[in-house]
Amino acid sequence: MSPLDEIAAGLAKAVELILALDPVVVEITARSLAIAITSTAIAAAIAVPIGGLIHFHNFFGKRAVINLIQTLYSLPTVTVGLVVFLLLSRSGPFGSLGLLFTPAGMVVGQTVLITPIMIGLTIAALSGVGPAVRDTALSLGASRYQAILTIMGEAKAAMMAAVLLGFGRALSEVGVAMMIGGNIRGHTRVLTTAIALETSRGEIELSMALGIILVSISLLVNLLVNRVQGNWWA
Amino acid sequence: MKVISHRISAFALIVALLCTAAAAEEGAVEGGKELLRISTTTSLYDTLLLDEMEDIFEEMYNVDVRTVSGGTGIAIERAVKGDADLILVHDVERERKFIEDGYGLSRTCFAYNYFIIVGPEDDPAGITGLNASDAMRAIMLHGMENPGEVKFVSRGDDSGTHAREKLLWDRAGLDYAEIATSGNWYVEAGQGMGPTLMMADEMEGYTLCDTSTFAAFRRDLDLVPLIESDEFLINVYAAVPVSPAVYPDTNCEMARNFINFLVSAEGQDLIAEYGKETIGKPLFNPARGNCDLIGCSGDECLVPLAEDVCSRASA
Repeated sequence: MSPLDEIAAGLAKAVELILALDPVVVEITARSLAIAITSTAIAAAIAVPIGGLIHFHNFFGKRAVINLIQTLYSLPTVTVGLVVFLLLSRSGPFGSLGLLFTPAGMVVGQTVLITPIMIGLTIAALSGVGPAVRDTALSLGASRYQAILTIMGEAKAAMMAAVLLGFGRALSEVGVAMMIGGNIRGHTRVLTTAIALETSRGEIELSMALGIILVSISLLVNLLVNRVQGNWWA
Repeated sequence: MKVISHRISAFALIVALLCTAAAAEEGAVEGGKELLRISTTTSLYDTLLLDEMEDIFEEMYNVDVRTVSGGTGIAIERAVKGDADLILVHDVERERKFIEDGYGLSRTCFAYNYFIIVGPEDDPAGITGLNASDAMRAIMLHGMENPGEVKFVSRGDDSGTHAREKLLWDRAGLDYAEIATSGNWYVEAGQGMGPTLMMADEMEGYTLCDTSTFAAFRRDLDLVPLIESDEFLINVYAAVPVSPAVYPDTNCEMARNFINFLVSAEGQDLIAEYGKETIGKPLFNPARGNCDLIGCSGDECLVPLAEDVCSRASA
């Protein structure tokens, strides 16, 4: 089969697997979503307050901190995977928690991976709100705290986009999922690691199908990002 | 100011991309050297045996050898797609099918090692001293009874090692499909040998491994070999060139040269010596002198390929 035929066959197979609600595919997809959503929720709970703290305070080295955070955007997933692996390993400092090769361990790794992006984009989102908003709020008698809330309200859409971007990275990464999760069938196998496995098995069609499911989810998330930013079809 | 710095970074990016492209282009021609594409299994690749043999072969024939590795499944699949000239794998069933389907030309055994069952030193399933079948059965029984204590980590990736594991269950009188779904004690890693060993080590579980990969990883592991000598655990590596009848542009002649180098006295010596210095003992055994032991018949074992094997196949 030529590669183009395989893409076509993969598409057909993806539709077939989705329509038939193939139990394995459903299970893997649900697990992918559950892990990525959990990581995103935890990362958001960390990133939004920290992003706000950094944005609303002026301190020595602020620019350097922001630069550092932006550098961490491109943190290689395998590096995060390796470091978290060593931390969670039986002989590592957190080995006794028994998190290695569990979904919870994957959440830890993915949270580490996407928190910097969310912090950085939160700062960018808040910076995108013009100084006029703050000045107006303050001139209307708002307290500093109320002004911050006003700015955060204005930046809501952009911050939502930051969270969804983090979710997209968590869902599509393979390094952490493979090294921390271990791709164990029925336990830690997610879409990306399943794709890696099926490709190594030579099951190209199934890989394509899983890939198409992953891309479809990403597409939905993207539409959602555009929706919250108010430009539905743009 | 901001706009300018953006332009500069965009320009730098373009320059970087062009340089990469130019470098890639250069790699493809490289003084008009011939190219031999080998698709191989992880055990040969990860132990670096092939690296050493490649260097010597490249000198001999002024050829550029490019090796990619993976489980036996993908290693063969690459060749089926025409992305390799030669496969070096270890799964006789699939090698024969590859040849029967017309993709492969011939099978040549060139080396072997053993599979071993490795596990935690305290051996909670008590397999020490058993034969391979009884050991597998013991692991299953203890695992089902006490999945927290006894685990078996499977490659689960259709590799040659995974194929052998299925055979072992089968020979123990057990149904693989049932084993694979019989509980938490059976862990399917779906990864290569290295990661699977690491996982078994972390979980203090048992796994099936080839001696060469185990020797290469041993320093980082607490696992110990528990079942080593069973003639059913012999692991034979064979070379199969891709047939020019299916892919006329395959470099069959160079694949033939490589196979003949593997089975030559020099190649067999290299295999016999490899690992003595670094690991303290050889990682692979040459096929030389052991054709009967490893079950490779006369024309499959160590016989150099005839000069006209490629031209005859493409005719």
